Amino acid sequence: MRFAWTEVQESFAAAVGAVCARECPPERLRALWDAAETAQPVELPGWAALADQGLLDALAPTEHGGLGLDAVDVIPAAVATGRAALPGPFVEHAFVAGPVLADRGVRASAALGPAPFAAHAADVDVLVVGAGDRLCLLDRAGARLERCRSVDRSRRLARVRWDPGAPRPVGGPAELAAAFDRGIVGFAAQLLGLAEAMLERTCEYVRERHQFGVPVGSFQAVKHKLADVRVAIEFAAPLVARAGWAVTHDGERAGVWASMAKAAAADAAELAARHALQCHGAIGYSWEHDLHLWMKRAWALSRAWGDAAWHRERVARVVLDGEDGP
Amino acid sequence: MDLTWSPREEAFRSEVREWLARNVPAEPLPSGDTREGFAAHLEWERRLHEAHLSVVSWPVRYGGRDAGPWEWLIFEEEYHRAGAPQRVTQNGIFLLAPALFEFGTPAQQDRYLPPMASGAETWCQGWSEPEAGSDLAAIRARAVRDEAGGGWRLFGQKTWTTRGAFCTHLFGLFRTDPTAGRHRGLTYFLVPLGIDGVTVRGFGRLDGDEGFADVFFDGAFVTDDAVLGEVGEGWRIAMATASSERGLTLRSPGRFLAAATRLVELWRRRRGDAGPATRDALVRAVIAAEAYAAQTLAVVTRSAAGARPGVEASLAKVFWSELDVVIHEVARDLLGPEAELDDVWARGHQFALAGPIYAGTNEIQRNVIAERLLGLPR
Ligand SMILES: Cc1cc2nc3c(=O)[nH]c(=O)nc-3n(C[C@H](O)[C@H](O)[C@H](O)COP(=O)(O)OP(=O)(O)OC[C@H]3O[C@@H](n4cnc5c(N)ncnc54)[C@H](O)[C@@H]3O)c2cc1C
Repeated sequence: MRFAWTEVQESFAAAVGAVCARECPPERLRALWDAAETAQPVELPGWAALADQGLLDALAPTEHGGLGLDAVDVIPAAVATGRAALPGPFVEHAFVAGPVLADRGVRASAALGPAPFAAHAADVDVLVVGAGDRLCLLDRAGARLERCRSVDRSRRLARVRWDPGAPRPVGGPAELAAAFDRGIVGFAAQLLGLAEAMLERTCEYVRERHQFGVPVGSFQAVKHKLADVRVAIEFAAPLVARAGWAVTHDGERAGVWASMAKAAAADAAELAARHALQCHGAIGYSWEHDLHLWMKRAWALSRAWGDAAWHRERVARVVLDGEDGP
Repeated sequence: MDLTWSPREEAFRSEVREWLARNVPAEPLPSGDTREGFAAHLEWERRLHEAHLSVVSWPVRYGGRDAGPWEWLIFEEEYHRAGAPQRVTQNGIFLLAPALFEFGTPAQQDRYLPPMASGAETWCQGWSEPEAGSDLAAIRARAVRDEAGGGWRLFGQKTWTTRGAFCTHLFGLFRTDPTAGRHRGLTYFLVPLGIDGVTVRGFGRLDGDEGFADVFFDGAFVTDDAVLGEVGEGWRIAMATASSERGLTLRSPGRFLAAATRLVELWRRRRGDAGPATRDALVRAVIAAEAYAAQTLAVVTRSAAGARPGVEASLAKVFWSELDVVIHEVARDLLGPEAELDDVWARGHQFALAGPIYAGTNEIQRNVIAERLLGLPR
């Protein structure tokens, strides 16, 4: 029994974090926000460098040119992408499509489970979708995309529809469930990273900002809110790691663990966003301040692919109603 | 990451599970916070000890099994899963023993650990006083040097002492140097409660059981070997082992996993009456119990690698105590009108509400988290 990341997993995450910090600073995220309305595919900051690092194909099998890693290996790196609010369909491409897409030159997004939207659908070559109980690939050319504006404009969201016959099946119900579960574990990891980043920035801010002649971080009302965020992160993180193990090794109850992780990480990130804004005061409410780049991503990802209540209900159907594991 | 148990650990689990299946009393014992109940629980402790299961992580020579932290965790999980009796010896074995192992002399360890393991001697914790709760360093109970006798004379009052009326011994903090700073002049004493000059008066907790006590000291004499660690080092010793109380040792995840399982069973019986809000709250509790168990795996991994429990224990204290409250609130919602009945759930609910108060209130824990983990200014 050993519940900890390996040095390799951690150093991979550190390398990914360094690339993200260099390649997608807030200015570049904002530039993407400005491009929200263009129909043309946009260049995603950091993606070329992360592709060079192997991150984008980390979960693809080696015979298909990937790194052949599993979800556990890549979770710390996914957390790092969340900390940086890395834009782009990283989770969809790496966690969801990676293991099922043979062609490494292709970029993918996905919309599975209760997700009506795909992020960056217009910026990718192929979409992973569920048609009936089958896991399918849908070429962008065969997809009917209706552009929608996410609260996080960097997501370049689209509602995805298709004509019968357009999606190409690549797996049955088991593969469909597995792809969905890998996806929500990836989003859960990013939500954790977002929560961590918001907590850190807010702690920095409340140490610096003075009112009544003292740092506002010395006020207990502020301290206790941020302590609660720290607690929420502390107990969501192990569920995400546990879910990574489950989707890699457990088969049977993987869906339950994955949904527990997504629910807990979504709640932690929403709490972090709420308290981060409150502890910043009006400055956090301004468009110029960067907090909302993280906050809005958290709001988006916490709802994407099933919100916390949806995932708890999925857990309930197994744990309470005794249905077979998803 | 490797979430599989070794064959040795699995064998240990089966042994514990089988022993508990054969030995756990079919009918719950009377409350350990009453005099008769305490005696019944000590009888249970004696049987646990005979099976070398009362203190599995201790050295064999003190009645343990030299079990590592993983086996300890397995033991706890099985213990709670089996619905085995509460540990009335917990303040000794979980709170004092870590301090004895770290700061006690070999003579003190030999003297105190074996009877603690068997339940022949039982310990209560003498920290709080009427004027010193959260502000523990404000304690006024004193120990005055008695040079002629070659020891110390104790004066003052401890309160809220759990099961003080039934225990044989008290470990507590006393001020030995009134001129030193608040935290400096404190000393950690090991005191038999039967000696002259000690008066114990039990009183009722919220549930009416006599689980609290006031302990009065009026010149009670103890010799030098009643001091744990150095004179004047009491604060440091108490704080070094406070993490045991806040974290894992006092409240292992097995306890909450078992409570969540019982809650799910209750839900199956009462689901007809339960609305969607209760269903959602119940799942939240189940997820939180699993989160606590998973976080514990991370903590035990670090402790198996030699790390000491630190301020992170404050995170666990807030989490488990609030989880326990939520579990019992959901149970009350499921019970409907029967939630009014004075039964095991009502008792559990009342005790759960004490969790955010004892072992350092959750407000104090949040201060610790903010100041020591998040680096916010005091
Ligand atoms: C069931 C139970 C068993 C116990 N067993 C023992 C025992 O065996 N031995 C023992 O020594 N003690 C025991 N205690 C006592 C326990 O340690 C104290 O209750 C605890 O330390 C709080 O002290 P207090 O009750 O005096 O509350 P106070 O310190 O008076 O606090 C009252 C309220 O003010 C808040 N508060 C105080 N200071 C601050 C601050 N700085 N910032 C924010 N809020 C603050 C508290 O959080 C609390 O909400 C037990 C208590 C209970 C409920």
